[in-house]
Amino acid sequence: MKKFIGIVLPFVVVQILISTNIINSYLQATLATICINIILAVSLNLITGFTGQFSLGHAGFMSIGAYICALILLRFPTLPGFLAGLLAGAVLAALVGILVGLPTLRLKGDYLAVATLGMSEIIRVILTNLEITNGAAGLSGIPQFVNWFWLYLFSAGTVLLLVNFLNSSHGRACISIREDEIAAESVGIPVTRYKVIAFTVGAFCAGIAGGLYASYFYFLKPGTFGFLKSIDVLVIVVLGGMGSMSGSILAAVLLALISTFLQSFPELRMILYSLLLIVIMIFRPQGLMGSKEISLSIFGKLGKFLSPGKGRE
Amino acid sequence: MALLYVKKLTKSFGGLMAVSNVSMKLEQGELIGLIGPNGAGKTTVFNLLAGVYAPDKGTITLTTAGREISLEGQKPYNICKAGVARTFQNIRLFRDLTVFDNVRIAMHQNVNYGLLSGFLHLPSYQREEKKLKEESLEFLRIMKLDDKKDELAKNLPYGEQRHLEIARALATKPALLLLDEPAAGMNPAETAALTELIQWIRKQFQLTILLIEHDMSLIMKICERIYVLDYGMLIANGTPDEIRSNPRVIKAYLGEEVHDA
Amino acid sequence: MEQFLQQVINGLSLGSIYALIALGYTMIYGIIKLINFAHGDIYMLGAYIGYFCMTILKLGFLPSLLIAMAGCTVLGFAIEKIAYKPLRNAPRIAVLITAIGVSLFLEYGTMFFVKANVRTYPAMTGLLAERYQFGGVVVTMQQILILVITILLMVVLQFIVKRTKIGKAMRAASLDNDAAQLMGINVDTTISFTFVLGSALAGAAGVLVGVYYNSINPLMGMMPGLKAFVAAVLGGIGLIPGALIGGYLIGIVEVFVSGYGSSMYRDAVVFAILILILIVKPTGILGKSSGEKV
Repeated sequence: MKKFIGIVLPFVVVQILISTNIINSYLQATLATICINIILAVSLNLITGFTGQFSLGHAGFMSIGAYICALILLRFPTLPGFLAGLLAGAVLAALVGILVGLPTLRLKGDYLAVATLGMSEIIRVILTNLEITNGAAGLSGIPQFVNWFWLYLFSAGTVLLLVNFLNSSHGRACISIREDEIAAESVGIPVTRYKVIAFTVGAFCAGIAGGLYASYFYFLKPGTFGFLKSIDVLVIVVLGGMGSMSGSILAAVLLALISTFLQSFPELRMILYSLLLIVIMIFRPQGLMGSKEISLSIFGKLGKFLSPGKGRE
Repeated sequence: MALLYVKKLTKSFGGLMAVSNVSMKLEQGELIGLIGPNGAGKTTVFNLLAGVYAPDKGTITLTTAGREISLEGQKPYNICKAGVARTFQNIRLFRDLTVFDNVRIAMHQNVNYGLLSGFLHLPSYQREEKKLKEESLEFLRIMKLDDKKDELAKNLPYGEQRHLEIARALATKPALLLLDEPAAGMNPAETAALTELIQWIRKQFQLTILLIEHDMSLIMKICERIYVLDYGMLIANGTPDEIRSNPRVIKAYLGEEVHDA
Repeated sequence: MEQFLQQVINGLSLGSIYALIALGYTMIYGIIKLINFAHGDIYMLGAYIGYFCMTILKLGFLPSLLIAMAGCTVLGFAIEKIAYKPLRNAPRIAVLITAIGVSLFLEYGTMFFVKANVRTYPAMTGLLAERYQFGGVVVTMQQILILVITILLMVVLQFIVKRTKIGKAMRAASLDNDAAQLMGINVDTTISFTFVLGSALAGAAGVLVGVYYNSINPLMGMMPGLKAFVAAVLGGIGLIPGALIGGYLIGIVEVFVSGYGSSMYRDAVVFAILILILIVKPTGILGKSSGEKV
């Protein structure tokens, strides 16, 4: 029962704030960014923080989801069209994830990072040069179906499903890969298979985020989904703590607020982000939450519910 | 029927012949030692048996549950599934995870629910997780680690870390256990405890054990047979007494005999 | 045929630039196993320093080149001391993230101070404006100069690495850091020196690009930086001759893809080469594989 209230309450509260226009349309855009970034951050965290595979190509998966959803929506501007587009985009992103993951996940650390970066760049170049995507000019006038309900449904849903996953034996298998690949394989974990699973699930979620982005902000161009976007997500994950779901959520909110505040000073924002990365790595590499989860006694059950693989039942 | 048949195992790295034409036979239930000077290729043999490396030549055949399985060229996780478990020369625990989790993860291959159930926590998840938890706790109790179950692996004292690594290997329910220098870095008291542990787990779990060690007292005390490796080749094979007095073995460890002045 | 030769010549010029940048990547990776993401931005700052030398200080090509190299030297030294040294013993991911941070800092910091718009190098006069015609093939003095300067710097680098004490220290430290320290090599100094050398080469590349392609902007370092990294990996990361081979290969491939195919896809082709080489032979053309001891 407590769990149910914990999930429904935030939705209701914010919905009320929106309906009474306390959260006006300007703030609503920030809210959308927060939700989309939460989905991106927790899914990247699954790949990088929990499974230990450094991916710099998350934006590539997001762009696939965004463009597929947009193209389908432009053809079928209806609610079923939106949902179909969202699903199709995510599935395609996942397929690309498997395709890219299988050969490259054998690589270690820095090499994997650069390979995923390369993949993301290749996707961007392809999108910039296809006729159907309207090239560098981008797609506009995408039908907007995304409102607070959908944003909340997908972001809360993603968090829930991933937390469940990490609390399962499959999730623990992924975590063991991060801890020690060779040891994990020696106790029967098919390491490459689980790396690909984590990668694919992460890609799927990024695809969903992309579709939500497309149908909320109604305008897409390939430049939005470049290396800088992957860095954006990376900063959230690093700040929140690689290996902490609640950390990612917290950091997503924080950084969305900072971004909105610094909207008129894009260079300052990037300078701040870059300093954040450097300072965190040197002085507090575990980020805000390390690999722990929020578990205040107030939140009691919710806190325990969020913590994966720490010997808790 | 021999549990493990190793025939003419050969492996070279670049120009270096690490293991050359090594053949071994392990009968079910035996406790066999593998010794040799540093760099003789002992851990390489383990790595070949465990699938970390694929041999250049030779075969490895495991016979369990009435079936013969070829292990050479297989991936480590498949070899584990077939029934071979190992520990590492430099302990490789999941350091930031608890004792409980280290064991739970080792039991993953016996867990019976799919990814979907993992995401949605379906009834199969609830059922299997409960079973897993009970099995893991029971196992920890048997291995006398249950009071430490929520301790992070990296916080355990050295001797207990070794103990945990052995326990984790056993959690995969192997028929054959490969122990790589389990007594490394231990004082005599710890080594005595380890000796007892090895003999105890062998009986408790009906294991066949292949043991790499430098501690001769441990080897001589518990091994029924010993294989001796030098420069990647097998130079002797026999009971502890035979090995002790074998001139080739003495030469390999101590060099040529020094004539008294 | 003439088109072909022209492309080869253009490719050699571009290849020289990539080779100069790739050398820095490969030397730094060889010694501390770090992909210095910020290296491309040092190249960019070299271009800017050269620009300011030529336009504001009204200096000639050679003095500007030398000042830019010197400036980048200081920059490389500072970055290593401030951002990378504290993480000497940290996991590789941590240093990589920091390198990304430094790269972004340099890019957007520069943008903040000099604005994002493209600057143009002053047109070269005299010797540097010469062009030579061989049938339908045009070779400019600048192209010859780029090739000559690159080869010259390469020779100097080889000399330093093979014939000097510090060069020996660099080679030792990149083979086995701990053993080098035990032999009495001051690894800190050696690492700083490596950064200094690599950054100087990148700075030179920056000025050469400014002169040859004329325009510079704060984000100009990202793509060439990444491509030079691909070149270093292609030739064999950590190996100096590898950076040369890789640089020229990538330069020629890129020019040919642009010339005979479509210039839109040339970036994608370079990255495809990266992914391919990482899958097929991650140690590169000249590399030898070595596994992890279990």
